[in-house]
Amino acid sequence: MAKTFTRPASMKDAMTHYCPGCGHGIIHRVLCEVIDELGIREKTVAVAPVGCAVLAYDYWDFDTTEAAHGRTPAVATGIKRVLPDRLVFTYQGDGDLAAIGTAEIIHAGARGENISVIFVNNGVYGMTGGQMAPTTLVGQTTATTPFTRRPEKDGFPLKVLEMMSVLPGVTYLERTSVHSPGEVVKTRKAIKRSFQTQLDRKGFSMVEVIAPCPIYWGLTPVMAMKRIQEDVLKAYPLGVVKEGSERI
Amino acid sequence: MGNEACGEGAIQAGCRFYAGYPITPQNELTAYMSRRMEGVNGTFIQAESELSAINMVFGASVAGMRAMTSSSSPGISLKQEGISYLSGCELPAVIIDVMRGGPGLGNISPSQADYFQATKGGGHGDYHMIVFAPSSVQEMFDFTYKAFGCADKYRMPVMVLADGMLGQMMEPLEFDEDMKPPAVVSKPWALTGAENRDAQSIKSLRLGSGEASLERHNEKLQEKYRGIEKKETLVEMYRADDAEKVIVAYGSVGRIARSCVDSLREEGEKVGLVRPRTLWPFPHEDIRRLARGKVDFFVVEMSAGQMVDDVRLAVLDDDRVSFYGRMGGGIPEEKEIVRRLRDKG
Ligand SMILES: Cc1ncc(C[n+]2csc(CCOP(=O)(O)OP(=O)(O)O)c2C)c(N)n1
Ligand code: SF4
Repeated sequence: MAKTFTRPASMKDAMTHYCPGCGHGIIHRVLCEVIDELGIREKTVAVAPVGCAVLAYDYWDFDTTEAAHGRTPAVATGIKRVLPDRLVFTYQGDGDLAAIGTAEIIHAGARGENISVIFVNNGVYGMTGGQMAPTTLVGQTTATTPFTRRPEKDGFPLKVLEMMSVLPGVTYLERTSVHSPGEVVKTRKAIKRSFQTQLDRKGFSMVEVIAPCPIYWGLTPVMAMKRIQEDVLKAYPLGVVKEGSERI
Repeated sequence: MGNEACGEGAIQAGCRFYAGYPITPQNELTAYMSRRMEGVNGTFIQAESELSAINMVFGASVAGMRAMTSSSSPGISLKQEGISYLSGCELPAVIIDVMRGGPGLGNISPSQADYFQATKGGGHGDYHMIVFAPSSVQEMFDFTYKAFGCADKYRMPVMVLADGMLGQMMEPLEFDEDMKPPAVVSKPWALTGAENRDAQSIKSLRLGSGEASLERHNEKLQEKYRGIEKKETLVEMYRADDAEKVIVAYGSVGRIARSCVDSLREEGEKVGLVRPRTLWPFPHEDIRRLARGKVDFFVVEMSAGQMVDDVRLAVLDDDRVSFYGRMGGGIPEEKEIVRRLRDKG
């Protein structure tokens, strides 16, 4: 019988270290599928973040480096300027991208750097034990918001795509999710569009993927997916946030 | 000007990627690179911070390019994170530090108070950079050029440690317009896409055991450093052979100390100079050799006394090592050094 569901060629034959129900594994898979489909495995150089996805190079079968926490877009900028005909993307969590690396991501966008960014928004710091992230919802309990995130003390969630959308150098922004098979398919499409944007030399693009971290949400994998649909998407609506550059 | 000499030294060395963030007293270097990179089809980026600049250099180096950043003391503090990662990943890069007074914002006058953060691994972890200490515009050029060869050869960050006086100084500079860049070593480790080879990675996280362990990685780094100490130490010994007193000074102060030696010699005093031209590796052996005779050492720095620690380690007799330093941008004058030297008896 022919196999209909196989591992993408861009993915190594390895067990990931992710918790059951984690979003990272799903996102790795679809992005590797896209790389296969575009036939660019040999032309890809990725930048892994500091965060749960730090070991991505153990799972991805293409060239990958690892940046200091948050400096991911700066490292990608250096690579892309030297290798303009390669596909260069960063893969970043919400601590990496929206806290410690806020300056780097905004200025990569402001420069219209021709790179792709996969931004995994799981609302917490997974790697360090489930602390508050800039994206944590108001009312959410985390390791450092034991009395929930209270705006008067902890501020408000950061909507990175909406913030980035005003930058002329930014070409394409879309928010997707992995809470259902249909949304996973949309995530795959969005990543493909982002990579294609780069290959067409059209400038900076970013896909924000809403992902579950069941462990630090204190939920089962199934309940975590349900929470995305019922709560998280209210704060982070899905869809294209920006398409088309205002660059001349 | 010294700053521009560094820039030209980099271009001649085949540097085709520069990222920097403005800070006095090295701004002329950043501006020079913005003009010069255009003509050689290189990349110039004015980054949003020193953190970004050093990480852009990290990225360019990952892709196999000769890359440089420059800054002055407060900016170098920010670059330390990146320097530690470059060291952990064994990536070549060149960093110019045109030192100014500190701590904090300090001032923009010349200083040598970054000796510790340059030579002792200012960032986290056990690592070293090769640190060149120019004392003329010519050496700003020569050492920057040389730094790229060392960085590639040893796969590590290399620093040129200058100060505001050298950066701003005007002096003639000589170089062959047709000079060739330092020998290009092949970089099979660079990430350019997994074409006709397996995918590879560049990383500093090491969770493995045995040969892949972080401890083993550190041992390898240390072996590399021991080799560099043997091969790359540079020092100028000036009228030191028969000297009874030796001034030890580097950079701008080394220059001033040289004039002190000449004027004292004219008066019949047997004074010499040891001018380290690399601060790491430090010329411990050369100083130790002199110390076997009955020589007294007088260390002069534009700091509270940082290099003096290394001199003491070489001499191993604290009574014979004295120190004079100016801080916060003060520059010791020739007659001031001479007077202090005589005061010490
Ligand atoms: C400079 C620095 N500060 C802090 C850390 C510790 N740290 C590691 S991962 C991380 C946050 C990761 O969260 P996120 O980016 O959301 O990724 P996730 O683990 O949730 O996928 C932090 C704070 C570090 N490695 N370096
Ligand atoms: S802690 Fe969260 S983000 Fe990290 S692997 Fe586990 S589920 Fe995934």
